[in-house]
Amino acid sequence: MSELSVHHLLGIKYLKESDIQLIFETADHFKEVINRSIKKVPSLRDITIANIFFENSTRTKLSFELAEKRLSADVINFSASQSSVKKGETLIDTVNNILSMKVDMVVMRHPNPGAGIFLSKHVKASIVNAGDGAHEHPTQALLDSYSIRERLGDVAGKNVVIVGDILHSRVALSNIFALKLQGAHVKVCGPKTLLPKHIESLGVGVETNLRKALEWCDVANMLRIQNERLDISYFPTTREYTQQFGVNKKLLDSLDKEIVIMHPGPINRGVEITSDVADSKQSIILNQVENGVAIRMAVIYLLASKIKQ
Amino acid sequence: MGQKVLLSSKEINIILHRLACQLLENHLDFKNTVLIGLQPRGIFVAERLCKILKEEYGVKHIDLGVLDITFYRDDFRRGDKTLEATKTNINFLIEDKNVVLIDDVLYTGRSINAALTALQSFGRPSDVELLALIDRRFSRHLPIQPNYRGRQVDAIDGEKVKVMWKENDGEDIIYLINR
Repeated sequence: MSELSVHHLLGIKYLKESDIQLIFETADHFKEVINRSIKKVPSLRDITIANIFFENSTRTKLSFELAEKRLSADVINFSASQSSVKKGETLIDTVNNILSMKVDMVVMRHPNPGAGIFLSKHVKASIVNAGDGAHEHPTQALLDSYSIRERLGDVAGKNVVIVGDILHSRVALSNIFALKLQGAHVKVCGPKTLLPKHIESLGVGVETNLRKALEWCDVANMLRIQNERLDISYFPTTREYTQQFGVNKKLLDSLDKEIVIMHPGPINRGVEITSDVADSKQSIILNQVENGVAIRMAVIYLLASKIKQ
Repeated sequence: MGQKVLLSSKEINIILHRLACQLLENHLDFKNTVLIGLQPRGIFVAERLCKILKEEYGVKHIDLGVLDITFYRDDFRRGDKTLEATKTNINFLIEDKNVVLIDDVLYTGRSINAALTALQSFGRPSDVELLALIDRRFSRHLPIQPNYRGRQVDAIDGEKVKVMWKENDGEDIIYLINR
């Protein structure tokens, strides 16, 4: 198969396994491109992309913008804090106003789950979900799986544990869908208060003992505590959380194998992961960031090729 | 759908040897020359020429690269299908080098146009030449002509030139297919 089965990237849930493989193979080629001295290709010179961010983001926004520019697309950026949204404009009106300026694709981050799906039903543009509330963050999950594939050769059959605040994490949900689709075994690990009820129904295991989880896994994806989303107290203190669910060098060295450490960022050093672990050779955190650009180039290229002229 | 043999295995072999000699005549030791095969099918011609130059004419070292032009094509979003990329592998600099682009069939010239754009990402070559095994005369959309040509053929738009290689398709043979 040489094209995506979807016209928007709203979530991993809507993709097929073959879509993921196509994105990875295309990303392989873009990774070669971004390691050249001239890191740009002219493919999307007649495409205009709007990056609409209703929520703060540094890494994802930069990564998308860089990916778009490397593909020679025209890029406009929009952040809600400086916009008419503050003056009471609706989401559809805001986006339709932008689209009337002949924009072909919208990359959107929004605090409400399902915002991308809603938008895709009401506007004529290709939508890429760059994170919608606690729902999905598909490009992050794609680059995470791509980084695992790069380090371990394959995702199928690998044991991956996602540690931390699963309840509020769109990264966790997208990762679970992506990893399961590719045939990996997945467990989630964290304080019971931060594990969603019935998470087992997604086909993942639950572990509340970090050491046991690490002994089982090939890859540990460490998530941060999303303090901005914690409306009540889910654990007594940050110190206690770190003691039970923080990864440090001593703990890793006591395992009988060398596991791969990932983190989607931003890292709270000394909380979920210590500095010596984050900067160790077991960590592929910076590879994830580099791969993010190649993955986003692949997603945008493949979606743009489905936009009719 | 009819097809006729344009070149047999023996003829292809003779032509490849002639092209190798022509390259040798102009580039001698290949110290300042690099060969770049275009994906997906120019690479077979490039690899064969490289093998002949090394094994039969004693050229010690040739830089051989593989270039994929997908992201530089001018027909993005113009067809029904997504343009699928293949591997690029150029692990040397082409700055101030003589570059020989190698493809199997030269038709409209658009692939070569894309290849010339793509080459700019790898440096500024001192000179770029084009070698095509089959040159389809009267079919060009752009002012592009080969410096080295294997065989010139007159084919109308409804016809297709199909080049097959032993390593990929089981035998060396070139067909002219009437679609």
